[in-house]
Amino acid sequence: MTRLRLALLSVMLAFSPMQTILAAGTVGEAPNCALTAIDNAQQNYALKQFRGKVLFVDFWSSWCTPCAQSVSFLNEMNRDLKDKGLQIIGINLDEVQDDAKAFLAKHHASFTVVADANQQCAKDFGVEAMPSSYLVDRNGIIRYVHLGFRPGEAKEFRALAEQLLAENPVRK
Amino acid sequence: MKTTQQALRALVLVLCACASACANVAPWERGNLAKPHMALNPDPMQSALRTHLYGSREASTGGGAASGGGCGCY
Repeated sequence: MTRLRLALLSVMLAFSPMQTILAAGTVGEAPNCALTAIDNAQQNYALKQFRGKVLFVDFWSSWCTPCAQSVSFLNEMNRDLKDKGLQIIGINLDEVQDDAKAFLAKHHASFTVVADANQQCAKDFGVEAMPSSYLVDRNGIIRYVHLGFRPGEAKEFRALAEQLLAENPVRK
Repeated sequence: MKTTQQALRALVLVLCACASACANVAPWERGNLAKPHMALNPDPMQSALRTHLYGSREASTGGGAASGGGCGCY
């Protein structure tokens, strides 16, 4: 009987989505991702270089319909809040880079768009859905995580960003 | 009894071996699944119309297919 239980337990463990469980829990310090410009692989970015600014990190793909809907909202927020210290970074996760370029030719993005070539940044952030947005405060701490994009939530997003912009960084 | 145990062990091994093929598809790996021809329902609008017509004729609604593809977008 014990052996049967053990066998059942091993089967359950084999089928359980352990990776999903381990990937949960993303709020904390934002990982320092190494990213490249979407049109120039030689131009590198590191998330830490934006420390001191409020970061809006948006993971997107060309095939994701809500991602396309969010571009105009991100452009608007970039236009209004960039001077106040908001840095919007759109991190593309397309497996085919040309798809991302075609998307950007159709949907003009006025904010910084970079590529996460080996998807390491997405893994470090624990991206669970497309699109996924992370609001990082001036101290590099992830304060809000949002999965998906629905136009009705734009106001709420903006209010959260403005709230973080109003906070002063902690001097270390 | 011994044969049963051996059969059980073999079954567990086979099941575990099969389970190794179950992998989580990361959100950014769903590009191919998001393509229109991967959708279970190729024309959601037409299906919705047909369901509506069926419902109005039969005075009942059946279990219709859900629209959308496999991109898993939120």
